[in-house]
Amino acid sequence: MSAPYLEIKGLKKTYSLKPILRGIDFVLVQDECMALLGANGAGKTTLLRILACLTKPGAGTVRIDGLDIVREAQHVRHLVGFVGHQPNLYDELTVLENLLFFGRMYSVKHAPERAVTLLQQVGLARRAGERVGTLSRGQIQRLALARALLHSPQLLLLDEPDAGLDDEGIELLEELLREHTRRGGTTLFTTHNFERAVKFSNRICMLGGGRVVYLQATSGLEPGGVRQAYQEVLR
Amino acid sequence: MALVKREATIGQGEAKVGMKHQETRFPVVSVILGTLSLIGMMVSIWMIFLYAPTDAIQGEPQRIFYFHVPMAWLGMLGFVIVAIAGTGYLVKKDERWDWAARASAELGAFFITLALITGSIWGKTIWGTWWTWDARLTTTLILWFIYIGYLMLRSYMGRTPASARAGAVLAIIGIIDVPIIYESVNWWRTLHPPAQVGVQDALPPSVVITLMVSLTTFTLLYSFLMIQLYQLQRAQTLAQQLRASIE
Amino acid sequence: MTFPSQVLAILWKDIRCELRSKQTWISMGLFALLVLVIFNFAFDLRVDNKAAIAPGALWVAFVFASLLGLGRTIASEQEKGSMDRLMLCPVDRKAIYLAKLLGNMLFIGVVEVVALPIFAVLFNVPLFTGELLPIVLLGTLGIATIGTLFSAIAAATQARELLLPILVFPLIVPVVIGAVRATGTLMVPSINEPPWLGLMAAFDVIFLSVSMLMFEYVIEE
Repeated sequence: MSAPYLEIKGLKKTYSLKPILRGIDFVLVQDECMALLGANGAGKTTLLRILACLTKPGAGTVRIDGLDIVREAQHVRHLVGFVGHQPNLYDELTVLENLLFFGRMYSVKHAPERAVTLLQQVGLARRAGERVGTLSRGQIQRLALARALLHSPQLLLLDEPDAGLDDEGIELLEELLREHTRRGGTTLFTTHNFERAVKFSNRICMLGGGRVVYLQATSGLEPGGVRQAYQEVLR
Repeated sequence: MALVKREATIGQGEAKVGMKHQETRFPVVSVILGTLSLIGMMVSIWMIFLYAPTDAIQGEPQRIFYFHVPMAWLGMLGFVIVAIAGTGYLVKKDERWDWAARASAELGAFFITLALITGSIWGKTIWGTWWTWDARLTTTLILWFIYIGYLMLRSYMGRTPASARAGAVLAIIGIIDVPIIYESVNWWRTLHPPAQVGVQDALPPSVVITLMVSLTTFTLLYSFLMIQLYQLQRAQTLAQQLRASIE
Repeated sequence: MTFPSQVLAILWKDIRCELRSKQTWISMGLFALLVLVIFNFAFDLRVDNKAAIAPGALWVAFVFASLLGLGRTIASEQEKGSMDRLMLCPVDRKAIYLAKLLGNMLFIGVVEVVALPIFAVLFNVPLFTGELLPIVLLGTLGIATIGTLFSAIAAATQARELLLPILVFPLIVPVVIGAVRATGTLMVPSINEPPWLGLMAAFDVIFLSVSMLMFEYVIEE
């Protein structure tokens, strides 16, 4: 049994006086991949943003690799790779320039080589010199994945990573996730697609009303069964 | 369905807890301060109009001085308190520091406006103009603008932690800046020396006593009003939380 | 990555993005020019009273032009209202502040480079002495230190174009007074002039440090 990599205890968060997270508790160990499901507004995005150190928790503690995310935010940021709703890329810069810039921000060693490798992996190598503003939605999503992986993070936080991807892109995503897990990395991703939730993850978690209302290992679960559980739990 | 009902009861439960604090305590401090302020006011007014001597040069209008100085002093003090409360909030992240900051900002802005008005009226009686760009009046005017900027900022940003932090930063920058502003305006005005708003020569003791009494009274009044406004800020925040939990 | 290289990396990124969008710099330069021409008509400057009005006209033009540019460096960092893409990175928030500050100074610098020669021509003022440079530098730095911090604050509000001048103008009064008087003294030397450059330098040092420290409270959520 590996040591816990991500520990969340009693996490609460309020936005504009509305409580979004009302007490989240769970633990992820290394090389786990967890799918996070829930209705819109259930708090999935907020949870991921807190883990990515984009916003601070209202109450509770979160530890990543033993580090407190509030006190050691700068260290935690090195360990985390985040893909959000926004592409988080600079439209006026080219594909390669974006990766090189973030490489400098994360102090990535041998950044140019790493960038080229990643671009080849996500299938954007031929577009390296094009401005991000000219790319299609699917291509931008692939670049966002590349950016998240650039600094070899231990924890991947992906908010609907499958959005905007074609079939080829989905396969690529699956491959990237498997490789990340093979290398001992931890993943937490959100999705609205039950098939992918079952296929990619080894545990499924559902958020409802700002709390964890369902937490199960994926083995033995069918997408249909998960959908049923989802509807029951969120009634 | 069950989940929706749960959310509603949680909201009400939290609201009830907030209200409990309000119910039982008798406002001892407020009553004491309020009474002292009232007594002090009566004494001050008697002293200002009857006890203090009439100024040889300026005549009766000089008595504005006993109102103007405390008001300007409170305007300054108010902003210092906003800055201190703001720093407290940044360090402790406790909402109550922010309530104190907002209360002091509203109160201080009020007093500094009065200080400007009384200063202007006094200036009119001495030099015949409503305004002069002397160092003290100008700095008071700039402080007024900073206050207004603070209130506008807080108003636009609402009751969020980001708003409280922004206000704290503005207050800290402001309080460091005000002495520098005063000095720079002072240097600027020495090139065109006008009559100063204020008294240069030695003051007779009765004037000093009256001024001290007036100063003390106004400070007591300020403390009293501070507590009321602080409670008001607290009530407003709780009301917003209640409203949000019901929606 | 060291602190200075972080600053330069962000600054260089900003410059490239801004150059490629082509919008701001040209309009700011033109704006400065326009203001000076308008001032010429408004104040009807004949050669004899130029010393009294010209420095003020110059610095008012710089302050207003800088207000245009101050919003840009922060706004360009925002993607649909959030600075996530930069805030995700483990880059020192003080480095972000300095990079934005230097970017703002560059913007205002463009305006100054356009405006100063035109100013010298329009008002027949000899400004190509070396003593002008420190005044312009210190003055610009003063406006930019406060302006960068508050543009980050105002960026979160809806009325940011209105709020930014209201917040910034009162606070930069010492810099404006100092810059105007120092420029005026250059044109018409006078004795017993207070040490304006010293005042501006002190202002800059104090508010550069304070703003750098306060910046992270303003941009972190």
